[in-house]
Amino acid sequence: MAAGIRDKVAILGMGCTVFGEHWELDSSDLLIEAFGECMADAGIEKKDIQAAWIGNHIDEVNIGKGGCYLASTLHLPFIPVTRVENFCASGTEAFRGACYAVASGACEIALAAGVEKLKDVGYGGLPDSPIFGQLLRYITPNATAPGLFAQLATAYAAKHKMPMEKVKEAITHISWKSHQNGVKNPRAHLRRAVSEDQICSSPFVAYPLGLYDCCGVSDGAAMAIVTTPEIARRLQPDREPVLVKALQIAVSSGEEAAYHGWDGAGIMTTQAAAKRAYEEAGIDKPREELDLMEVHDCFSITEMVTMEDLAISPPGGAPDDILSGFYDLDGALPCQSDGGLKCFGHPIGASGLRMIFEIYSQLLQRWPAERQVKNARLGLTHNLGGVPHQNVCSVAILGL
Amino acid sequence: MVGIVSYAAYLPRYRLNRMTIFSAMGWLNQALIMNAAGEKAVAAFDEDAVTMAAAAGKRCLHGFKPDEVEALYFATTTSPFKERQCANIIAGALCIPEEIRSADFGGALKAGGSALLAALEFSSANEGRQALTCAADCRLGKAGSLQEMFFGDGAAALLVGGEKPIALFKGAYSLSCDFVDQLRGAETIYNRQWEDRWIRDMGYEKLIPEVVTGLCRRHGLKPSDFAKVIYPCSYGGGRRNIERKLGLAPEQVENDLLQVSGDTGTAHPLLMFSRAFEEASPGDKLLLVSYGNGCDALYFEVTPQIESFKDRKRFSDTLGQHAELDNYTKYLTWRGMIPVELGLRGEEEQVTRWSMTWRSRKAILGLQGSRCNKCGTQQYPPQRVCVNPGCGAIDEMEPLSLSNRGGKIVSYTSDMLAATINPPAIYGNVDFNGGGRAMFEFADCTLEDLQVGGEVEFTFRIKYYDPKRDITFYFWKAVPATTEKEVS
Repeated sequence: MAAGIRDKVAILGMGCTVFGEHWELDSSDLLIEAFGECMADAGIEKKDIQAAWIGNHIDEVNIGKGGCYLASTLHLPFIPVTRVENFCASGTEAFRGACYAVASGACEIALAAGVEKLKDVGYGGLPDSPIFGQLLRYITPNATAPGLFAQLATAYAAKHKMPMEKVKEAITHISWKSHQNGVKNPRAHLRRAVSEDQICSSPFVAYPLGLYDCCGVSDGAAMAIVTTPEIARRLQPDREPVLVKALQIAVSSGEEAAYHGWDGAGIMTTQAAAKRAYEEAGIDKPREELDLMEVHDCFSITEMVTMEDLAISPPGGAPDDILSGFYDLDGALPCQSDGGLKCFGHPIGASGLRMIFEIYSQLLQRWPAERQVKNARLGLTHNLGGVPHQNVCSVAILGL
Repeated sequence: MVGIVSYAAYLPRYRLNRMTIFSAMGWLNQALIMNAAGEKAVAAFDEDAVTMAAAAGKRCLHGFKPDEVEALYFATTTSPFKERQCANIIAGALCIPEEIRSADFGGALKAGGSALLAALEFSSANEGRQALTCAADCRLGKAGSLQEMFFGDGAAALLVGGEKPIALFKGAYSLSCDFVDQLRGAETIYNRQWEDRWIRDMGYEKLIPEVVTGLCRRHGLKPSDFAKVIYPCSYGGGRRNIERKLGLAPEQVENDLLQVSGDTGTAHPLLMFSRAFEEASPGDKLLLVSYGNGCDALYFEVTPQIESFKDRKRFSDTLGQHAELDNYTKYLTWRGMIPVELGLRGEEEQVTRWSMTWRSRKAILGLQGSRCNKCGTQQYPPQRVCVNPGCGAIDEMEPLSLSNRGGKIVSYTSDMLAATINPPAIYGNVDFNGGGRAMFEFADCTLEDLQVGGEVEFTFRIKYYDPKRDITFYFWKAVPATTEKEVS
């Protein structure tokens, strides 16, 4: 295996807007706000940035194609700027571009940004567009994201011969937990505690997922400035740098969609990306070694199967772990300490960087005691784009 | 000598009880109660004349080879296209090769008979080669009209040829005249009729006896020579008068199916004909009459081959899928008769890119996939690089038709968010029997009909309708085997 980028990249600064329904703000406003926080945190000047990447999914109603939008919003002075798009994993994709630039020595300081303005679509949920190409639109169902992810539940219940009631109980706890954590987070989109009864009895969006099993659809931006560990230590001598321990992306091979080997009860790309990320980071026992996680809980069921795909819970064991409080904020391995996609919100292009922002902030012990994970030194982000049978999965591991 | 080689009917799953129509619309026209007995077959929201014809054709070709069919004629008065041949869409769905003669017949309700006659003449002129006739209609009457009560949706298909006919074609007689009892202008959706008594007395009661008498005269027969006379006419009094005029005994007359399916337009005589085959015996003479702007009368004699014909219940089998549509406004919505709110999601553009769909026409219309010569894996859509992770062979594929293969459900859901006039959208992953996987919409079912591992069959349906460009686009859906009883 290649050496990877472990300990070759440090995060110098980060910024993240409040996620939510920003009816009064454009994408440019969100980017400028995240940029201000990020630059103040990094303690550098704009001229120090040597390259930038911007992650964004829905260009049609948003920032358009290409790198110009970011460059001309921030007036970056003729540096390389690239817009990347990899579904809901676009934010981590931007981060990967910046990290690779630094790790390769091509740049010393690079910017990764993510932004999405979903509240200009005109309706809830993600806009209906041919994200897998026009041809597949002629032969695949009139489907939505909740319906495609909901199938994880029917396949999971069948695979493990588990009553759907048990699955529903576990995913209800997942959404309950995210709401509990969201209440404590002033940047989160949805900051209201809801009871498990409310969650469980909410109207079906796509069987067996109810309204509260689906994440918020939000506007927001997040940003990171990365550099080498040496420069980070020089510029920020008073803090222990947050280092990239692993950064892996796995993309569906088409096997899930067209071959009969996949059971439909988990996500193959997550399994592949996690395995490679643990190898890159030198992690043998993720359940014991990791201190916290931010995973792609676009739907509660996604978080549930991800606990097994990341090899934290044993096969068929995620519901029991979830119900035991293992992943709660005060549990052994807190997951979604910021409220997750469910409550922090999901401005697509920004979400991967928002997850990294949460891990980064937790590792630097920046949060108030009520939501600070104590002694956190190693955290994981899992940013999934696409749908269970056709997707992009990125797993990043950050540590001190 | 050529004749009928195979037959099949197709009635959509949903039936609308005529009292449901009366309950909703009786306030407008209380006289509707006089015609409110029985039920009518209703095409589902994703069905039209083309899909129903394809369904009948698929059943008809069961046990026969699509690549031996050399002509396909499609009869309808409710074509989704004025310019674009529907017979070719149906041929594509049935995996019939492109080296065929094809034509759409329309204009008159008698077109079903005319198309069958043309198919028989094709076969006769071409050494008994096989020709398939499909007829289907999905006609609309305005809300609260007598037509709405009478008209039903359905299809029938007949395969003709020279090899092992179950009924020999013995002769025909036609009448063609501009007798206008009902019509639709080129831009008109709803059927318009002249006075009932005109239609009954001067139409059915005059033209049908005239064509039957003409055929008998030409072939030296009497009406009493026929085991069954099969003719459409939804007027009970009219039928009695026709039978009296021709001296037909009750057992000689095929049921008009008005209480079962309603009047299925061009398909109707052929639908009744398919029912007649279920009970026909060798030596029976059958007289098929179509009606509308004249008549076509076709005379057949049943052969001993009927005894060894498999799956003779190719009409009755379609009745087994029956489900009541107990909601009149849902019927109006399915037929596009009332605008419903689909939300802004329902306004998203769906562009049909014809050059793209042409390249994939066999995959789209015929559900044709591929099978790897190296490892045997079936795959859909057809791949050039084998999807089997243990194989990966490049360009080792042979085409493979998957539409008759059936499959098993891997995962499923019922989606309330997707924009559709028939929520919820129900879909899921399906493994084809024999390998390979794709995601399909499920048709003619509810969530309760689905389970992981459940069997499905495939059915040709409307994928979407683009109202901006007036384009109906077709693809396949999966039907849980609990509701689709495939002819086996």
